[in-house]
Amino acid sequence: MFTQYKYWYPYVSPHDPCPPIKIKSYSTPPQLYIAFQPIGLPQFPTAKEALMHGTLWPQLYSPYPNPQKRNEKS
Amino acid sequence: MVWYYEKKLQYPVKVSTCNPMLAKYLIEQYGGADGELAAALRYMNQRYTLPDKVVGLLTDIATEELSHLEMIATMIYKLTKDATPEQLKAAGLADHYVNHDKALFYQNASGVPFTASYIQAKGDPIADLYEDIAAEEKARATYQWIIDLSDDPDLNDSLKFLREREIVHSLRFREAVEILKEERNTKKFF
Amino acid sequence: MLEEIQAIDFVIVELNLYLDTHPNDFEAIKQFNDFTEKSMKLKIQFEKKFGPLMNFGKSFSNYPFNWVDTPWPWQV
Repeated sequence: MFTQYKYWYPYVSPHDPCPPIKIKSYSTPPQLYIAFQPIGLPQFPTAKEALMHGTLWPQLYSPYPNPQKRNEKS
Repeated sequence: MVWYYEKKLQYPVKVSTCNPMLAKYLIEQYGGADGELAAALRYMNQRYTLPDKVVGLLTDIATEELSHLEMIATMIYKLTKDATPEQLKAAGLADHYVNHDKALFYQNASGVPFTASYIQAKGDPIADLYEDIAAEEKARATYQWIIDLSDDPDLNDSLKFLREREIVHSLRFREAVEILKEERNTKKFF
Repeated sequence: MLEEIQAIDFVIVELNLYLDTHPNDFEAIKQFNDFTEKSMKLKIQFEKKFGPLMNFGKSFSNYPFNWVDTPWPWQV
């Protein structure tokens, strides 16, 4: 399994004019980790659920914004 | 007859907040470099010279992008059709109004008109497919930034759908590369 | 009813793209054809009530020619 969001800590300078953002994140969605979709992946049980998620397969779903919502402010 | 039009959106578009300013951001996905029109035209154009085994995929994704273009147009239309010139001015759309009234136009969020320079067709299958993968990732990112700027939950619901579609498209293009690498069924003899 | 059709058609599109790169997935093809049948049946019902979804010979017309009727998708 993989995580959908990665975090890093940008360099903060004492001379920065604005309050620094100490943690930044970026999206790492499923297609990065699946070179070729394997046959027989589980599907959402109903067509409506698939439509709502934007894909037929839960393993291809990528939530946005980051549901963890780690505090990216200083 | 090569293309048919079906009189329904792929995913419902509901806009619950009267905020014409969002139209300015959404137009980036209408006529912008990484938008739905650029995507559709890019894939449609590349598919004449890509290897036969991936032409079906390019045709189908191009067609789906056109249906997304219709969704974006719907969002912009709903946000601007009842706006007064004063509301448009407050939304930063006065420049647009002077030239177009409420008509949509193929331009990006900064008003730069659409150009074929947004797309490329190198004729090399690997180069072209990697451009397509990059295009899908850029579109995904653009939807993220529009969602960040929008506080309309109904609109965001449709935008999240569109973002997820870019993720699936990216995967399919990556699979197309794998297919062209032709290593999938190779028996390796050691 | 439109929501149901949108959901079925979405699965069809998803499967279509998947099958473009997985042409040998027998189960997926079965599912694709299954959903295609479902979609066709639902649309016959829908069009009886609301008029044609497609033109150029893909849907039947009533009198007067109702392809041109509102609402168009961006107006709904």
